[in-house]
Amino acid sequence: MAKAHYKKKMSPAQRKSLMKRSIPIYIMALPGLIYLFINNYMPMPGIVLAFKNYKAKDGIYGSKWAGFKNFRYLFSTQDAFVITRNTICYNLVFIVVNTFFAVMVAIILSELVAKIKKFYQSVILLPYLLSAVIISYLVFAFLSAENGFVNNTILKAFGVNPISWYQEKKYWPFILVFVNLWKGIGYNCIIYLSTIIGIDRGYYEAASIDGATKWQQISKITLPLLRPTIIMLTLMAVGRIFYSDFGLFYQVPQNSGALFPVTNTIDTYVYRGLLELGDITMSAAAGVYQSLVGFVLVLVANLTVRKLDPDSALF
Amino acid sequence: MHNIGQEKRFQIFGHIVMVIITLCAILPLLLLLISSITDNDVLIRNGYSFIPEKISFYAYEYIFTSGNSVVHAYMISIMLTIIGTLLGLTITTLMGYALSKPFLPGRNVLTFIVFFTMLFNGGLVPTYINYSNVFNIKNTFFALLVPSLMMNAFNVLMMKSYFVTGVPDALLEAAYIDGATEFRAFFSVALPLAKPIVATIGLFIGIGYWNDWMNGYIYLTKRTDLYSIQNLLNRMIQNIQFLMQNSSTISNANQGLASIPSVSVRMAMAVVGVLPIIIVYPFIQNNFVKGITLGGVKG
Repeated sequence: MAKAHYKKKMSPAQRKSLMKRSIPIYIMALPGLIYLFINNYMPMPGIVLAFKNYKAKDGIYGSKWAGFKNFRYLFSTQDAFVITRNTICYNLVFIVVNTFFAVMVAIILSELVAKIKKFYQSVILLPYLLSAVIISYLVFAFLSAENGFVNNTILKAFGVNPISWYQEKKYWPFILVFVNLWKGIGYNCIIYLSTIIGIDRGYYEAASIDGATKWQQISKITLPLLRPTIIMLTLMAVGRIFYSDFGLFYQVPQNSGALFPVTNTIDTYVYRGLLELGDITMSAAAGVYQSLVGFVLVLVANLTVRKLDPDSALF
Repeated sequence: MHNIGQEKRFQIFGHIVMVIITLCAILPLLLLLISSITDNDVLIRNGYSFIPEKISFYAYEYIFTSGNSVVHAYMISIMLTIIGTLLGLTITTLMGYALSKPFLPGRNVLTFIVFFTMLFNGGLVPTYINYSNVFNIKNTFFALLVPSLMMNAFNVLMMKSYFVTGVPDALLEAAYIDGATEFRAFFSVALPLAKPIVATIGLFIGIGYWNDWMNGYIYLTKRTDLYSIQNLLNRMIQNIQFLMQNSSTISNANQGLASIPSVSVRMAMAVVGVLPIIIVYPFIQNNFVKGITLGGVKG
């Protein structure tokens, strides 16, 4: 309020000098604004497509309105349930598994004294930098039915018959959770590790003098002090629970139809609808469903974070 | 004394756990590398394995001598990464700097415009229609360069907070008093001080471009000559799957399989695709870790 008041009282000369300073700054912001306009804002009104009978020749805005017809179709199919279930359930498992292992690794790394711990940390972060395509090759090297390491070496050693991994859906929930953990553990543990490093060493010295065991130090000092970080990261992840890692669910199972019941998420469904099946309106309806529910979830998650710790909130 | 024995036990336990996790992280890459230098016939007989019965560098010879699409796709990837990173870094840095100016009228509105893109997006379908029907970038190099990768709100806001906290106002004021324009102050005072964050965000953008396969997959429907190395790798593994799933038409399958690089060449190509990341990794690692910590909870 005070600021606005102050602005009104500026003399013409002051205003002129402010404009003179501001114009170059606006010019600096312009390329970025143009990019955001093209890449983010122009598509936004396109969500009306989900409420239309899309005809390519009429375009998004020229096509006729269809009300909620597309949504009624979408939710009358089994697909809507399956993709929602897969997206949410995988994300919940990812949150629990990734948090557990990331916290464990961060605590171990923080306690180790040998120099080699730097090396451990570097190596476990490496998978995070690999593309989904490369990861699908790595998984293929293990799981390929004909040439895979698992069928040809591990299963053979135990005398087990080869398994057609890309045709058997029962294994994939485990494979995907593992691959996701493998990819993300290095990244996730860095954030926890930086919190632990910030803890005052005096606590541990005092506890040690009082005869606290290592486990007691971890459970009574490290974990309670990590709790706010764990809660924040979990809430942020919950806010993104309606979105999935497209590369993980599309590339790693190699788009194998037999696996769709356990690998189809909202993102892969939208993609297939648009580019493989040509079912654009259904795909758009699923996309809007994701955008709107996702938007609400981000808002709710952030409001919760703000209640707990205003500094960690996004807004 | 009791504590020392306990400390020792914990250290040993910690090393065991970390060695297991580290092996898990590195072994798949090792399998990839070893398979690529294993003789193709051995691979067909024994499958991919950590112990090569017979070593052969034929796969690499094939990739780099037969003048095939690998080298070409590699060039596209390199060009894309360089151009994309330069452009992305430029607009991100300028925008971050602009948002960091406390005196700027409408600064809050601008920040909100950036920030809102983190909360809501139109989704894949409208984005696809926008780029292909309005801007006609399908089957052009722009399809790889422009959609989604160049700038994102997260990087802009990270850049902005670095300029706010890492570049003292007093220094900028001094430059103004010396008669510097806004552009001069930015280039000669603010930018040199922001080098660490520029390097970090440049890294994020560059890795994003090198690893991206989606843009090419979605928008390059005809121009396979514009494929990046990721797109080429992707198409190869898909062809294999496709042929295996449709093996009822055997004559076709045989024809197709003959044109697909052999089992070892496939892995050699993946090694070539991942190599730049492995080579630069030791140098970029610290910066990357710093970036993740900076983004911290907000990531």
